[in-house]
Amino acid sequence: MSETAPAPRAPLVELRGISKRFVKGLDTAARIGNLFGAGVAEEVVHAVDRVDLAVSAGEVVGLVGESGCGKSTLGRLAVGLLAPTEGGRYWNGAPLAGLAPAAARLQQLKMQMIFQDPYASLNPRMRVEDIVGEAPVVHGIVPRAQQHEYVREQLNRVGLDPALMRRFPHQFSGGQRARIGIARALAVRPEFLVCDESVAALDVSIQAQVLNLFIDLREALNLTYLFISHDLGVVRHVSDRVVIMYLGRVVESGPTDDIFAAPRHPYTRALLAEAGTVEPIKRTFIPISGEIPSPLDPPPGCHFHPRCGQAMPRCRESAPALTEIAPGRLSACFLDGAHA
Amino acid sequence: MSVPLLAVDGLCTHFFTKAGVVKAVDGVSFTVARGEVLGLVGESGSGKSMTGYSIMGLVDPPGRIVSGVVELNGRDLSALSAEDMRQLRGNRIAMIFQDPMMTLNPVLRIDVQMVETIRAHQRVGRAAALERSRAALVQVGIPSPDERLQAYPHQFSGGMRQRVAIAIALLNNPDLIIADEPTTALDVTIQGQILFEMQKLTRETGAAMIWITHDLSVVAGLADRVCVMYAGRIVEEGTTFDVLTHPWHPYTQGLLDSVPARGARGTRLSQIPGMTPSVQDLPPGCAFRERCGYATDECTVNPAMRDRGVDGRGVRCFHPLRAGTAA
Repeated sequence: MSETAPAPRAPLVELRGISKRFVKGLDTAARIGNLFGAGVAEEVVHAVDRVDLAVSAGEVVGLVGESGCGKSTLGRLAVGLLAPTEGGRYWNGAPLAGLAPAAARLQQLKMQMIFQDPYASLNPRMRVEDIVGEAPVVHGIVPRAQQHEYVREQLNRVGLDPALMRRFPHQFSGGQRARIGIARALAVRPEFLVCDESVAALDVSIQAQVLNLFIDLREALNLTYLFISHDLGVVRHVSDRVVIMYLGRVVESGPTDDIFAAPRHPYTRALLAEAGTVEPIKRTFIPISGEIPSPLDPPPGCHFHPRCGQAMPRCRESAPALTEIAPGRLSACFLDGAHA
Repeated sequence: MSVPLLAVDGLCTHFFTKAGVVKAVDGVSFTVARGEVLGLVGESGSGKSMTGYSIMGLVDPPGRIVSGVVELNGRDLSALSAEDMRQLRGNRIAMIFQDPMMTLNPVLRIDVQMVETIRAHQRVGRAAALERSRAALVQVGIPSPDERLQAYPHQFSGGMRQRVAIAIALLNNPDLIIADEPTTALDVTIQGQILFEMQKLTRETGAAMIWITHDLSVVAGLADRVCVMYAGRIVEEGTTFDVLTHPWHPYTQGLLDSVPARGARGTRLSQIPGMTPSVQDLPPGCAFRERCGYATDECTVNPAMRDRGVDGRGVRCFHPLRAGTAA
């Protein structure tokens, strides 16, 4: 919770200088072609480019960005679903790389992920009882004999009727399926949850119910969240701190209220200007120009410069580093005085 | 008052399935004036898209328009032959769909698709049609239109593809554009660009628009008037300002309260209890009754739309949220 004094200890989860590059290797034809001098190069996507991210215990960090900015990849790196190309992960300050297999397995249980699409992330051939109950039995959290009772508790906690546990995923609505996904993640008693667009597919009234569930669970179970979303309204509502990504790099981060009150980076400002409100002010939409560039071929220098209204010649040449512009506030832009 | 551009009265579109009759659209009435932007808001399954399809005459079996009148410029569309309706579609009324990858033909170049659309409705030469296509691409803000005309749909990004779909809808200068969630699949900054273009285009061409969406924030900035749909019926209508600042229907109020960013950070949102009902076996009476905090025995009868005349404001509720309005 936000009222607890900041403990002088290492963050619960920390990613240092983490990168993920996806390489599309050459097929046989291209390799043969290269023997004759065709010069076909491998395609490399810098999905995440040297990002630092720290999440303290009990904190909710919102990760915002548009498609292709690497926010989902960063989330998967954080829970360990993807291996980083470079950089390291730390749990309470201790490195996670090089753990013994048994320890790594135990460690993995403490970090769970809730996926975007409740239709695609639940096995359609398994009953809810097994979807939620399988992992805790396999990991020895509960004996098999008590699986039924355990699943009953888990479903009750996320507001699902335990009488439905013999049903299959297709027999549930979108909101109920989201709850099943949450119950499954919580069944192994994690401390850290990565929620990747977990409410994006839901209707507004159902989305409010699921967001309330996240807020209740956080208090009840003392959870820490990395909350990934493209929806600024949702992020603003649930997060203590916000991190904004653009094309694989963090462009700005800071406490939620500060960022929304006074965004510093031109991209953040543009993003917030587009964020919808339900205030019925007939407004003129003033778009930022240009497309989101392909991460296959990002522009040189600052990735945002082709769309930025305040781009200077040096933005084309070198990328500004993420620097502290105020306590707890980081921004990566040459416009901020620290770079001058 | 003059004849509205579009008048929909008592429209019912039902689906006759093996499991029973699904009343997707159940007695929907509204009008759209020339140059007006009407927001049609609702959650999934509320019948908002099906209302759009019904106006376009695009309802497939087992669905059927059971009753109701759709009049464009005072002309009853249900009386038209299939051929006359085909002439109208894409010409006087155009529709933009949610997923432009589904509406564009993936194996035809953009120029072929655009020229075809024009020549289906107007007797013009190829060169003139091509020139008109190029102008339409410029209109929706596509850079280097000459090269882009030669491209295939997969060579465009999502936002650009939606622009092409909009350009095709505009080709024959329609009187009415029905836009079915055209920005839902797009990123925030790209959505902003599309909304900007649409706002500009309706102002320039004077076309009226029905904007179908689940997103109240889009409607807030774009629409002149709003109709809120729930379980196949319009439960509230009025000017955007009135509906969003002083909702009368408990469902509209619940929807507005469910949107984050209004409440304080980290606190619970006020939520509508329960789930959206299946329109397949709706209980008689007000469809919102079982989720509504104001429901009484009276609500077991379906409330009629109460029209108070001022600004076309109406609500389908026995207990509207305005002091002194309970009749």
